[in-house]
Amino acid sequence: MNGTLSMAYLLAGVFFILSLGSLSSQETARKGNTYGIIGMAIAIIATIVSPAVTVYSVLVPAMIIGSAIGLWLAVRVEMTAMPQLVAMLHSFVGLAAVLIGWSGYLAPSIQHSGAEAAIHNTELYLGIFIGAITLTGSWIAWGKLQGKISGKPLILPFRHGLNTLAITASVVLLVCFVMSPLGTGAVFMLIAMTIIAGLLGIHLVAAIGGADMPVVVSMLNSYSGWAAAATGFMLGNDLLIITGALVGSSGAILSYIMCRAMNRSFISVILGGFGSAGGEVVEDEEYGEPITLTHDEAARYLNDADSIVITPGFGMAVASAQQIVAELTDKLRKQGKLVRFAIHPVAGRLPGHMNVLLAEANVPYDIVLEMDEINGDLANTDVVMVIGANDIVNPDAIEKPSSPIAGMPVLEVWKAQKCIVLKRSMATGYAGVQNPLFFKSNSAMLFGDAKESVQALVNKIT
Amino acid sequence: MPLNIAVPTNTTPNETRTPVSPSTVKALSQLGFNITVESGAGLDSQFSDDEFRDKGATIETDVAKLYNDADVLLKIDAPGRHPKTGQDELSMLPKGKTWISFLAPAQHPETLKRFNDHEMSAIALDAIPRISRAQKMDTLSSMANIAGYRAVIEAAHNFGRFFTGQITAAGKIPPAKVLIIGAGVAGLSAIGAAKSLGAIVRAFDTRAEVKEQVESMGGEFLTVEIEEDGAGTGGYAKQMSQAFIDAEMALFMEQAKEVDIIITTALIPGKPAPKLITEDMVKAMKPGSVIVDLASPNGGNCECTVKDQIHSVHNVKIIGYTNLAARSANLASTLLSNNILRLIEHLCSEKDGQLQIDTDDEITRSCTVVHQNNILWPPPPPKLSAAPKAAASQTAPAKEAALPIKITKTSAKAIIVYWLIAAAAMLALGKVAPPDFMGHFTVFVLAIFVGWQLIWNVSHALHTPLMSVTNAISGIVVVGSLLQVSGSGSSLVTGLAGLGILVATINITGGFFVTRRMLNMFRREGE
Repeated sequence: MNGTLSMAYLLAGVFFILSLGSLSSQETARKGNTYGIIGMAIAIIATIVSPAVTVYSVLVPAMIIGSAIGLWLAVRVEMTAMPQLVAMLHSFVGLAAVLIGWSGYLAPSIQHSGAEAAIHNTELYLGIFIGAITLTGSWIAWGKLQGKISGKPLILPFRHGLNTLAITASVVLLVCFVMSPLGTGAVFMLIAMTIIAGLLGIHLVAAIGGADMPVVVSMLNSYSGWAAAATGFMLGNDLLIITGALVGSSGAILSYIMCRAMNRSFISVILGGFGSAGGEVVEDEEYGEPITLTHDEAARYLNDADSIVITPGFGMAVASAQQIVAELTDKLRKQGKLVRFAIHPVAGRLPGHMNVLLAEANVPYDIVLEMDEINGDLANTDVVMVIGANDIVNPDAIEKPSSPIAGMPVLEVWKAQKCIVLKRSMATGYAGVQNPLFFKSNSAMLFGDAKESVQALVNKIT
Repeated sequence: MPLNIAVPTNTTPNETRTPVSPSTVKALSQLGFNITVESGAGLDSQFSDDEFRDKGATIETDVAKLYNDADVLLKIDAPGRHPKTGQDELSMLPKGKTWISFLAPAQHPETLKRFNDHEMSAIALDAIPRISRAQKMDTLSSMANIAGYRAVIEAAHNFGRFFTGQITAAGKIPPAKVLIIGAGVAGLSAIGAAKSLGAIVRAFDTRAEVKEQVESMGGEFLTVEIEEDGAGTGGYAKQMSQAFIDAEMALFMEQAKEVDIIITTALIPGKPAPKLITEDMVKAMKPGSVIVDLASPNGGNCECTVKDQIHSVHNVKIIGYTNLAARSANLASTLLSNNILRLIEHLCSEKDGQLQIDTDDEITRSCTVVHQNNILWPPPPPKLSAAPKAAASQTAPAKEAALPIKITKTSAKAIIVYWLIAAAAMLALGKVAPPDFMGHFTVFVLAIFVGWQLIWNVSHALHTPLMSVTNAISGIVVVGSLLQVSGSGSSLVTGLAGLGILVATINITGGFFVTRRMLNMFRREGE
């Protein structure tokens, strides 16, 4: 690697850091994306024009086709389908890491010896290993988010045993591979490991329920970073290491934030197979009948309220109701009412999913508040409208220590004067627990499709 | 055959409330019931016969027919003599029917016996258990809410001054000081009403747990120096020890000299109301002061209370109205009829116009006082009482206080252990690893820390864009494929590298572009 290329990479690395730094607030976020693009452009152009790259016959068409596909995906994706897209893109990073590892093995650029060779081979091995897990794990996550695969956690017998077995086998293969990195035996070892890692990725994600996908997606984001970092070590490329480490720690922090918001252990997420406990919950309590409202009555509550908080959940995304919710918000705000949104950290299927949907619908971001910002205000709110959310507004998390979701921070919507819950049916949320919110005397249910219900409310409020 | 719910006029003078409103008549007929309302039954609550008729009720002028055709008799007050015919209500009813009204079963066992003799089922609206599941049918809470508000209004009416303090050209008017004894539903409602009229509001309750509720309504919570919690079952207070009562009386005496208005709401279920305001205290109050005694139906909290009258003693007016809620007839009827609708809904789970009296259900069991030739009063105590809850809430803060200390201790220890392990591992690695690797490793670790510091600052709303940006930049692995695509002669490697370039490029362009799309959507007000 020559000096010019190293400096270009350093510059690219700096731009990536600036890019992540700028994402800390909405004002600078757009700049952050631009920094990222500049960094990427510098890195790619510097690599292409460097003397190390001489053949363009494959490179140029691959890049053009790749860009075209990428743009096509990005342009046509619905905002409600963002989680799927992100999961799919993660699988590409994983695939690239696997391919680079294999190419690096088949056509080593530098010959190493002694400890250097051992370290190099370990790096190569790890790069393929993490890459393969990311690849197949992302497929499964995509399938679950897209609804192609059942969202239910797949519980195999001895699943933790299977994981341990797969990891042990991979470690044994690693040792063997490092001892004798040449010859056909080594190739088979590498193939075996790639397959084992692939199966492990499938199993890890398949064992996680659909509701925990925000954690899974950010976890895979983290894995894709570590895969890039391992590749960087293998190639001795600092830019890949820096970027991989940035992305890896970013994903890890996001998963950690998600876990904390769901009151789950971070370790059990990394190891997979969480979110399956409490699958069968014995309903030991009788709650009675919830109060149901008609659209007219619900509209009257909204008309009479001065302050309104809207709490969207995955149900809003499913019904694609964000536009009409924004219209309702606009109409209520024009009447001089205080309308705000309360967003739980794990609402939706991606960290920040609700924010993106509301932004798409042109809801100003300064009325979209986080859980901690608004929880204290809910007691002084006249009406809270819960749209397609369930577990994140469950009072049992606070009031009932035996509940499977006990201890999970929730939006305390029941403290408001009136709580209107828009829901399709009385079905439970992903946690599979009944929600006593629906039976509180100050709550009422408005059954029906979220979009149609909100549309009816828009027509009925004066 | 759907049941016929008959609603006659009230038999007690001054009772103005109606158990159905036009809107609940409609809801009840949707449940399958036929509703017959005696002509003029809703007039005191401003519900006209025409309104009832419009919503599907039959209006009946013939009293005898009304009672004779009734399957369920729904009214506010206990059986008495009908004002038009002068006949006893139960004698007009055929046997085996159902009666729903306020019955005060603890005070009037003889009424229950009459129902039983008449082979009737009786449901007491005032015996609905105070559990959260039954809140929507809790008639006592709705009425107490009105009574508390109305108590303040009556007090203001009889009090010669403004509630709020004013400074005018004609002089300064001090704000009224209001003491509210008993912070139940009525007490809290009175606090809110007095506060919004501008008075200085103080409240006393033997149950320490209501302090927060009092303060949330804008009242000042008074306490005595003795530690004793007065929480009893079912959200009511229990009787206190003598030492506590002495301290309490001293406090009231001291307050009586200061405040202008006292509203008392202290009730202990099934017992005469405690005498909290003595004649001496009344004497100590300033001339023109007002006492509203909401406990007057049970004998009153004040020694000088005269039932149903405004009584002047020592220049203090003592209001002893027993049915304050009925003075806001329309409001009271609206709330009450909704509670009753929820109760009937509960009893008619099939929505088929029939009543199912399931004595295994806690709510039904509690409020059904006579059924199938059995007097079912008193019901078993409610399963959930406030007392254990209060005990739990007292122990909880202690636990919480202990917890953080423990965590910091263990985590401090753990941190030291982690650092020692990390340092050992790094030193061991440094011994064997070649210098080239060390350089990369340094970059790697520092980059993790940079990432760590940066990401915590990202606001929650931007987590999705963050993820797609990091996803795009992790496409940097393309550099690896770019370097591999040329240089080796192997077409397999070239193919793999080419594929690598392709997928990584999808990632890069897709990730950046979709981020751009998302970020462009975020806008601030007016942008």
